Amino acid sequence: MVEMGSVQVPNSFKYVACINEELRNLSLSGHVGFDSLPDQLVNKSTSQGFCFNILCVGETGIGKSTLMDTLFNTKFESDPATHNEPGVRLKARSYELQESNVRLKLTIVDTVGFGDQINKDDSYKPIVEYIDAQFEAYLQEELKIKRSLFNYHDTRIHACLYFIAPTGHSLKSLDLVTMKKLDSKVNIIPIIAKADTIAKNELHKFKSKIMSELVSNGVQIYQFPTDEETVAEINATMSVHLPFAVVGSTEEVKIGNKMAKARQYPWGVVQVENENHCDFVKLREMLIRVNMEDLREQTHTRHYELYRRCKLEEMGFKDTDPDSKPFSLQETYEAKRNEFLGELQKKEEEMRQMFVMRVKEKEAELKEAEKELHEKFDLLKRTHQEEKKKVEDKKKELEEEVNNFQKKKAAAQLLQSQAQQSGAQQTKKDKDKKNASFT
Amino acid sequence: MDPLRQSPSPCSSRPSSPKTPPCEIHGYVGIEDVLDQLKIKAMKMGFEFNIMVVGQSGLGKSTMVSTLFKSKVWKCTPPGLGMPIPQTLQLKSVTHVVEEKGVKLKLTVTDTPGFGDQINNDKCWDPILGYINEQYERYLQEEILITRQRHIPDTRVHCCVYFVPPTGHCLRPLDIELLQRLCRTVNVVPVIARADSLTLEEREAFRRRIQHNLRTHCIEVYPQKCFDEDINDRILNSKIRDRIPFAVVGSDQEYLVNGRCVLGRKTKWGIIEVENMAHCEFLLLRDLLIRSHLQDLKDITHNVHYENYRVCRLNESHVLPRGPCWVNLAPTPPGPPVAPGPSKVCRQAREDSDDEEDDY
Repeated sequence: MVEMGSVQVPNSFKYVACINEELRNLSLSGHVGFDSLPDQLVNKSTSQGFCFNILCVGETGIGKSTLMDTLFNTKFESDPATHNEPGVRLKARSYELQESNVRLKLTIVDTVGFGDQINKDDSYKPIVEYIDAQFEAYLQEELKIKRSLFNYHDTRIHACLYFIAPTGHSLKSLDLVTMKKLDSKVNIIPIIAKADTIAKNELHKFKSKIMSELVSNGVQIYQFPTDEETVAEINATMSVHLPFAVVGSTEEVKIGNKMAKARQYPWGVVQVENENHCDFVKLREMLIRVNMEDLREQTHTRHYELYRRCKLEEMGFKDTDPDSKPFSLQETYEAKRNEFLGELQKKEEEMRQMFVMRVKEKEAELKEAEKELHEKFDLLKRTHQEEKKKVEDKKKELEEEVNNFQKKKAAAQLLQSQAQQSGAQQTKKDKDKKNASFT
Repeated sequence: MDPLRQSPSPCSSRPSSPKTPPCEIHGYVGIEDVLDQLKIKAMKMGFEFNIMVVGQSGLGKSTMVSTLFKSKVWKCTPPGLGMPIPQTLQLKSVTHVVEEKGVKLKLTVTDTPGFGDQINNDKCWDPILGYINEQYERYLQEEILITRQRHIPDTRVHCCVYFVPPTGHCLRPLDIELLQRLCRTVNVVPVIARADSLTLEEREAFRRRIQHNLRTHCIEVYPQKCFDEDINDRILNSKIRDRIPFAVVGSDQEYLVNGRCVLGRKTKWGIIEVENMAHCEFLLLRDLLIRSHLQDLKDITHNVHYENYRVCRLNESHVLPRGPCWVNLAPTPPGPPVAPGPSKVCRQAREDSDDEEDDY
């Protein structure tokens, strides 16, 4: 019985909403036409396009990039990584694929440098951080006031392919630790890489060993859904073959009269799409053709919700009990916001004070410099004046000398002219005497 | 809450993302199987649809609903029939689960007997708007819970069918007031009720006048022009917009016409066939509501109207002076409480620098 009861609405005016009648099946007397609803839904989704994000975790050189190329029948541009990475880092690349009228935005995230370090304690941390960061981005978008979720490019990881090295014995401890850390955050699908190095009988033992180890360690891998009749059967049969032993190849070899993807050895040819040779076809079926939508849904409804719940509880939010006011989320928002604003103000004050202090210091420095300059200037001035005085003194002396010299010169000339005159007179006198003597 | 808030500018529903290089696929991968997966999941979960019929009593709202869904939606006598005019507006909701060809639909019909029947009809739209907002509120409360349900039950009104009485003149002030308020909150499809009292020419003239009225008062009915996504949508929706409001006749009784059993109304001068395009436009209404645009109605309700409501509601509790900005929930340790200054939010850098200049 679905009841609505009488509802309290914010603007308290009086109206009574009637109780719903029982939820019951109604028989139709003719064709109404809403059986086109699934088609309407699909049309909408097609025009929007789909997002799918795969995380590949595995050691360097185990064949992650090749497997992706083989799965999607295309060549994703990538250079093989070196073994010298100092730590694990994640490299994400997005591609747009289109098949008939379906557009798929595929993001492949690679763990570069996984398993290469000598100390692998922290190898899982960058992976977990990356996954959390994508959840966080979605959560932030969801918590925005003005948000656009239908427009949002979803980067949350929908499937994690864990590449197990084909040792033939059991899982490595690094694998166990990493998978344990990831199983509550992402859908893990374990696969055995480079399966062409294991013989068939060894493979069976290897698979059962791996599965029992996973179970005994409590690692929750992705369960293929068996609740819908259409897919239950195929999912059940495929689950038996977990982990899938795959071989990847982008090269084609002529087999019979067709070209097929395969790896050629001197002792034979391993065909990728041959179910007897490896489980590649099963992986493709499970990952893409049967369960892609379920993987996306599980990511959103289970892993993301878990993350969201933990994050919100961590931030201090609580669900209200029926007695307290509605919208305590908003009040906590308000409180946090005020806190944050207070912090902001404090920081601003600090910065302002620092700024003022710096200015003062600079001023003092400048004043000092100015004083120095003044002093220098005074010194220079004084020196200059002294020099000037010296020069003047010398000039006076020189003038005096010149005067003296002129005087002496004048005196000398006078004497000379006097002497000449007297000489001339003398000669005249002499001449006169002579003349007189003659007469 | 201001009932006259504006709808936001349209956003294209294409995913916005950084530039991704297109890749060529050589060979069949099987990506398109995801469509089938989507269908299977949707059919398993079932669909929900909530429709509200608004109009004065006697316009045939309840009958119309029964005709649309080809079943006796109201268990007993339809509300409003044979009952005294209620003093207050009472909204009546009924929920049914109908199934057709494996598709399960949870249908909720809300009727509004007593609307516009009083002598003084001032603010008679308040209960209706209150009910619609109440559904949004419910959804919002569910959505912000920490531990939320896997599938939040959707009781929001996806479509509101407004019945215009067939006066033949133009929209009345009551109609205009209500439509203005409703169009901002919910998808509204106006129809001319009891169209069998108008001849074809009268219908056309009435329709044109109503369209003119709607344009003059800036009332955007469904399908809204601003939400057309691409050229195909626009062409299809323009055709629909040209015929809105549909002139409809409802009936739940069958008569024999030309050897066929059809739904119709029998009068002395003939039988009006409900599903005959020459007689009335019921088929157009049904196709719009159910066969082609049902998902679109739900999408617009969820992506536009509900988001609008949410923005207003969240803004209200924050008393933000300016337009919506988002709240950075940076988990800061609780320091000494500082009296909150003027609302500054980190995003608007320009505002910050202005304030700094003033203070400094």
